[in-house]
Amino acid sequence: MSVLARIDDLHVSFGGVAAANGVSFTVEQSEFLALIGPNGAGKTTVLRMVAGILRPDSGRVFLADRDVTDLPAHARVRLGLGFTHQIVRPFYSFTTIENVMLAAGHERTENPWRAIASRSRLEAREKARAVLERVGLGPQAELSPRALPLGQRKRLEVARAIALDPRLLLLDEPLAGLSSAEATIMADLVRTLPAQGITVVLVEHNLGEVLRVADRLVVLDAGRVMAEGAPQEVMARADVRQAYTGVV
Amino acid sequence: MSAYIASIVSVIGINLILALGLNIITGFCGQVSLGHAAFYGLGAYTAAYLAKLGAPLPITLLAGTAMAGAIGVVVGLTSLRVRHDFLAVTTMGIGFVFLGFVRKQKWLGGELGISGIPGSGLDAIPYALLIAAFAIAVTVFSLWIKRSWMGFTFDAVADDEDAARTVGVNVSTYKLTAFGIGTALAGLAGGLYVYFARIILPDTFDFVQSIAILTMVVIGGTGSVWGVFAATIALTLLPEVSRAAADYRLLIFGALLILVMRFSPGGLAGLLKRKPA
Repeated sequence: MSVLARIDDLHVSFGGVAAANGVSFTVEQSEFLALIGPNGAGKTTVLRMVAGILRPDSGRVFLADRDVTDLPAHARVRLGLGFTHQIVRPFYSFTTIENVMLAAGHERTENPWRAIASRSRLEAREKARAVLERVGLGPQAELSPRALPLGQRKRLEVARAIALDPRLLLLDEPLAGLSSAEATIMADLVRTLPAQGITVVLVEHNLGEVLRVADRLVVLDAGRVMAEGAPQEVMARADVRQAYTGVV
Repeated sequence: MSAYIASIVSVIGINLILALGLNIITGFCGQVSLGHAAFYGLGAYTAAYLAKLGAPLPITLLAGTAMAGAIGVVVGLTSLRVRHDFLAVTTMGIGFVFLGFVRKQKWLGGELGISGIPGSGLDAIPYALLIAAFAIAVTVFSLWIKRSWMGFTFDAVADDEDAARTVGVNVSTYKLTAFGIGTALAGLAGGLYVYFARIILPDTFDFVQSIAILTMVVIGGTGSVWGVFAATIALTLLPEVSRAAADYRLLIFGALLILVMRFSPGGLAGLLKRKPA
């Protein structure tokens, strides 16, 4: 497998406290990588730096050998880097399908000149409908996101990211706040993505689901990479169990 | 068409261009602006100054439009730093800066403004029709934007800037585009006003004028082209219909703003289209 993304020695501090202290790891093409660790380990911080939402104090982020460290979030999206928020952020003034259409037609919104010259939304609507069917939201297409329960809003967030045709998708706690049944539906949904050519980096606390879907784990603790490798191997390590679960 | 009707058509046309321009910034893209009259004034002063130097109408209109649009983009840069009420206060300040500047410039006539502006070369009625043609073109242009992917993207920026970035939208570029287009249209309205009034005074472009334009947008329904179109015509005609309405114009506009905010925040368009958000 080839390397799709390389995170190289990321550092960032907030008020003198290091949230990331030399984080480095690689993401292989078409793998499902989970970034785990105890609360405050720096998982979401690292994900936000990879997405371009947060600027690192130092270190570099490479996407397919291209240094994207200085690019803003929207430019990284254009290079194939999708991102979902921990707290869902649908466009509430749009219907569910319109939320996905904006992503599905992302080529038309690349700049205002192209956007003003483009009118037809038919193609984007068809693509958005197909994506919504894929995530099980077909019947909710014309509803407002306000009418959707949290589990469906989370799936809408994933649908919007998928519609961007990303090469790499960063998922920030997509299972948080969901019932175990909803969490299983969501986990089953995202585990299919690598087979569709979408490499996934998942930050998640639900260890049971993580171990079920991930190909590889990167464990963070206190802003550093503590371990990485196959899930069973990593979870068998005493230091990981102690840091993550408090049990030796 | 009598000269009186031509005058009313001209004022309606100019107000339509102003209100539809502000609607692109505030209604489509969600950026509050309380200084739209400053760009109206920029266009007017630029056109008047060039007209007095002997420049023909197409050049003065173009220059007024370009000047207002260019300064509008610069002012739009503030929208990249501040949002909501902070942006409202900032744009309000731009209006005061503009007035404070032109009032002190002798070469712009100071408090007395610019008078003795040459005619457009057209009589009152053909000139009113020219303004009406521009107003119709701006209405069609607004409808085009609204139904294009630019309008779709503006809606997303107005809804949630951070979410818009996650679908690859360059929010800064879209905001600056909205400011550029909206303020350029205000400049065009200013240029057209110059040949209609043949004299410009600083007070024509004061804060009250900005609020009057905003009232047309809010009462019509921010973001609705037809709502703003109807409200602008109605509010422009109101003082013509009744002397009392002319005397108490500001009071009526203020009361309407309060009533709309209380009972129909979506304006006229919201009343006609009650649908779930």
